[in-house]
Amino acid sequence: MEWVNAIIQGILIGGLYALFAAGLSLIFGVMRLVNIAHGDFIVAAAYLAYVVVAATGLHPLVSLVIIVPLSAVAGYALQAGILNRTIGDDLLPPLLVTFGLSVILQNGMLELFTADSRKLDAGLLDIQNFNLLPGVNIGYMPLLMFVAAIIVIAGLQYIFYRTSLGRAFRAVSDDGEIAQIMGLDNRKIFAAAMALSFGVIAIAGVFLAVRANFDPFVGPSRLIFGFEAVIIGGLGNLWGTLVGGIILGVAQAIGAQIDPGWQLLAGHIAFLLVLAIKPRGLFPRIDG
Amino acid sequence: MSDTILSLTDIEAFYGDAQALHGVSLELAAGETLALIGSNGAGKTTLLKTICGLIERHIGAMLFDGANISGISPNKIPARGIALVPEGRRLFPSLSVEENLLLGGQVDRRGPWNLGAVYELFPVLRERQHQPSTSLSGGQQQMVAIGRALMANPKLLLLDELSLGLAPVIIKDIYALLPRIVAEGMSAILVEQDVTRALGFADRFICLQEGRVALEGEPKAFTREQISQAYFGT
Repeated sequence: MEWVNAIIQGILIGGLYALFAAGLSLIFGVMRLVNIAHGDFIVAAAYLAYVVVAATGLHPLVSLVIIVPLSAVAGYALQAGILNRTIGDDLLPPLLVTFGLSVILQNGMLELFTADSRKLDAGLLDIQNFNLLPGVNIGYMPLLMFVAAIIVIAGLQYIFYRTSLGRAFRAVSDDGEIAQIMGLDNRKIFAAAMALSFGVIAIAGVFLAVRANFDPFVGPSRLIFGFEAVIIGGLGNLWGTLVGGIILGVAQAIGAQIDPGWQLLAGHIAFLLVLAIKPRGLFPRIDG
Repeated sequence: MSDTILSLTDIEAFYGDAQALHGVSLELAAGETLALIGSNGAGKTTLLKTICGLIERHIGAMLFDGANISGISPNKIPARGIALVPEGRRLFPSLSVEENLLLGGQVDRRGPWNLGAVYELFPVLRERQHQPSTSLSGGQQQMVAIGRALMANPKLLLLDELSLGLAPVIIKDIYALLPRIVAEGMSAILVEQDVTRALGFADRFICLQEGRVALEGEPKAFTREQISQAYFGT
């Protein structure tokens, strides 16, 4: 039963990894941009939540009502103001610019918030759980994270495949030149995609802040989990990203069950195995 | 010439340092169909792309419907009333047939063309509306590309290499439908490798040779030899 418990907890934590990864996957799918600062933006969203909760006394999850729109506006501005200038045939400029943003964000947060680690208190949600099976207790918070991940991915999937905005995302991703002469302003479409990605970043940031301690430098390690989930699932495939997150979470839980020191290693090994067997991930987009 | 819809004067266009057009001028009347012929690399596609704003480096005056369109961004082109059926069709592979058509129609110009009218013109597309556009045959894909352009209800339709890679019988079918497409005062510029077919359909033609106009006029006014001389530059 210990094993069943470990696997179930792993699945639930996989939801958080999928939240880390969904924004990355979305951006890569639309504009082939790899956002190296993605993890740092998640941490920045966590700090934003920290400030909003401290100022208003709202419950962290309620604070999402404020943080998600703020973050989305920031994402739109980032894309329209900076990243659109880096997009072109060459993949290197956006990598370099987002790498620079990552350094700036980490040091900026260090200046503003010091290196002390923080955590958001979600009250009873944090500690309550229910008994699923004998020996298997499910915490409300991990369950909520997992459900949030499914809702976020289902929502993104809906936007992508059922709305005119999603149609524009796919068209611009397929053939930017032709999309333009159909009347789409690629720059605005990219900015809208980044706004959406930053909405997800805000959700990921709040759950990060509630689940564990964070400090200005935890971003890159979150980014690794995000990248691994995206690549396991197949680039640009949103449900694949959820599966990737779950595989990562379960591998870590199994590793930790064998030996606590193996937790991270097991996740990375699972990632490498997938990469070795299916280099394009488990569910690559057919039109790749 | 009050009914001139498009007027280009001394257009020069460049890809990097290479000059592709050396002072091309043309006038197109409303409702007129112009065939643009010439060998590979003569600048036919470049001229269409320049009209659509896709060639950033160009000089010369471009007036469409009385307004300057030189230097405006390509995404403003469809709202002005110009639509392109690009060479090689270039459908959006991750969009279904219907989504491709809807994307063409999103500029929301009034006119006779909408989903229903396109499906009436190409009934086979209605049956395939939910399929990925890449699952269609070449001819059907060309129909989607034409439908997608028509959805913008353009005043000027630019058709680039309609027959490229298609079986002769399919080409014949598509050309048989063209008169219905360019009816109701729509102007068209037709770029075509198949010179006989293009000249048979168009009111007037322009033959480009290495980025310059080598010959222009009504197809009937010239002999085959004259046209082929302008075409090959011999």
